[in-house]
Amino acid sequence: MLQRRLWAIFVLLVGAGVAWLVYSAEVGGTRPFRLGLDLSGGTQLVYRADTNAIRGGDVGDAMNSLRDTIERRVNLFGVSEPIVQTERGGALAGAVEERLIVELPGVTDTQKAIELIGQTPVLEFRLLKADAPIPGEGEPMPDLNDMFEPAAITGEHLASAQLQFNQSPGGIPNEPVVVLKFNSEGAQIFADLTKNNIDRIFGIFLDGVLISSPVIRESIPNGEAVISGNFAAQEAKELARNLNFGALPVPIELISTQTVAGTLGAKAVRDGLMAGLWGVIAVALFMVLWYRLPGIIASFALLLYIIAVLALFQLIPVTLTAAGIAAFILSIGMAVDANILIFERTREELAGGKTASDATKDGFARAWPSIRDSNISSMITAVILFWLGTSLVKGFALVFGLGVLVSMLTAITVSRTFLLALGLEAKIGFSRFLFGSGMRS
Amino acid sequence: MYIVKHRNIFFAITGAIVLASLASLFVFGMKAGIDFTGGTLAQVNYSAGRPTAETLTQSLNSAGFTGYSLREAGANDYILRAQNMTDVQRASLPETLSVNGENPGTVIQLNEIGPTIGLELRNKALIALALVLLCILFFIAFAFRKVSQPVSSWMYGLIALIALIHDVIVPVGFYAALGHFVGAQVDTLFVTAVLTVLGFSVHDTIVVFDRVRENLRVNHDHNRKEDFADTAGRSLGQTFVRSVNTSITVLITLLALYILGPESTRVFSLTLLVGIIAGTYSSIFLATPLLVSVERYFAKRR
Repeated sequence: MLQRRLWAIFVLLVGAGVAWLVYSAEVGGTRPFRLGLDLSGGTQLVYRADTNAIRGGDVGDAMNSLRDTIERRVNLFGVSEPIVQTERGGALAGAVEERLIVELPGVTDTQKAIELIGQTPVLEFRLLKADAPIPGEGEPMPDLNDMFEPAAITGEHLASAQLQFNQSPGGIPNEPVVVLKFNSEGAQIFADLTKNNIDRIFGIFLDGVLISSPVIRESIPNGEAVISGNFAAQEAKELARNLNFGALPVPIELISTQTVAGTLGAKAVRDGLMAGLWGVIAVALFMVLWYRLPGIIASFALLLYIIAVLALFQLIPVTLTAAGIAAFILSIGMAVDANILIFERTREELAGGKTASDATKDGFARAWPSIRDSNISSMITAVILFWLGTSLVKGFALVFGLGVLVSMLTAITVSRTFLLALGLEAKIGFSRFLFGSGMRS
Repeated sequence: MYIVKHRNIFFAITGAIVLASLASLFVFGMKAGIDFTGGTLAQVNYSAGRPTAETLTQSLNSAGFTGYSLREAGANDYILRAQNMTDVQRASLPETLSVNGENPGTVIQLNEIGPTIGLELRNKALIALALVLLCILFFIAFAFRKVSQPVSSWMYGLIALIALIHDVIVPVGFYAALGHFVGAQVDTLFVTAVLTVLGFSVHDTIVVFDRVRENLRVNHDHNRKEDFADTAGRSLGQTFVRSVNTSITVLITLLALYILGPESTRVFSLTLLVGIIAGTYSSIFLATPLLVSVERYFAKRR
């Protein structure tokens, strides 16, 4: 008995600890809840990528390059925590198509967002001015024109870029390098350029961001330039890809937009919180009034359920949408269902003349099959809905499925621990009243 | 048990509800939202008071919008539903809705769905519906795999399915009426609501049927003779409270969500409310009484 009580106290302490962690992670901002665009406000754009001109095997590469390019562009725009991802869709509408999904939190001017994305990636070559400091790579440069002058050669002249491993005697053996091949016109321009600008820094820009800044060491007559910059193989591969598709971008076409104003989202969050709060209070009240002592236990189990799910929201992390909040509130009502099945069964066992402790144990054991079955049917729905998978429905399905699984755990183990820890043995009198129901049928 | 005894009264009530729902569906029809057809949905807020519908209509017409609909929302909002916009229309949408600055309005929500995505979502929704029904069918078959007398196990499954059909028809009919009176359109959230109802309400029916079978087994083991109607009625009485209570807690939270919750999930929670009430009703007042009637029918034929 002492062990059971210690165990119950331990569960309570862990719950309180986790609740404190969840709270401080949200308030302190170390790991706040992740809100979807419909709650935080922002714009989602979906594009169809026209990959007809690209050979089948290169489509994946082209899409990755497109994603990186758009990501850079979005970062340049100063959007915080943008999400850019590619997706293959359309199979159910008759034709498979490559899609690009861009989420811009905080951007509530749809037109502005479209204009930002809508340009095609630009590859540029520039020369560093003589007196300018050597810049860092990978960052947008506000004073770009002060530091660099345009070179005669442009992205139009690039035929291809390739990853190679250095075999020439000059460099480090087997160092990954990127080889640029220019077309015939480009080769001529590049030969002149390199002849006239030895020892200057040659800047390669994608969408205004310096991606590489090699030093011109010699005149290059064959239309090939080698960029060697202490690359890891992966970096060199990405650069080659960016150069290939920066020069030959994938055309994209807007097919879907969704914009929600921040004020509307903030109100939805407030309303959701209120609904959740009153929902919990009302459910707990109902449980206590109807089931008395076990009802109080169920309310504690419900509280631990809420803490556990909120912690999971932060840990996984789950992007919360209005539909997700609805699922969470719905799951609060369903979480106590297991307790109801258990307590009703316990009442039957009590009526059969068992002690409170035995009735509790049997109640838990015998209610299990029907708890399992009810959760199976809900899980079926959750899994299929997740597959249905628009972001809206996915948000609902994920939270719903998570809720069903976690509530099964808390409703059974937590309330069992608490009830047994109380250790009420009497067959008659006060503890029987405590286990009674609010109404006789 | 009065529900089993007076089952014909409840069959009549159930029949009336189903007929009303079907009538609502066929009279009002269901309108597919932009999720499934593709198109534009914009909500615009006029903090200084909204213009008349005529003013806005003129402005929209001159911007080349056709076949759109306007609906007042909240105190100062309009909801515009239109076909997919051209780039020019989209770029000038804020000005068009502000009637060139005369009635300044802010677009607080804009949703555009391309035709392919609409088609894809519609097909996905249909497949999801079919999949859920199929899986629940398998689930029912699994739950009733042990054969029992006097009603064969597939009959339990069939009746559970009939109850399930009832649980879908009622919220669908309700939603059709909602579409007629407040302009609710069939979207992915509606499909989600229906599928959630399916998953939730099948279980209540299974709980009652499980108890019927358990009582039949106990009777058999103790060589006790009891009329099937009495056994079924007794089982219903034993599980009645838990059926109602498990639904009440869900209804409480849905009610909180409906009254206090976000605007965007209001119709959704209302649909769930109706569906779950229908599900609880059918498992108590339709499924078990139907089981008794089926048993009677076979008993007479024997």
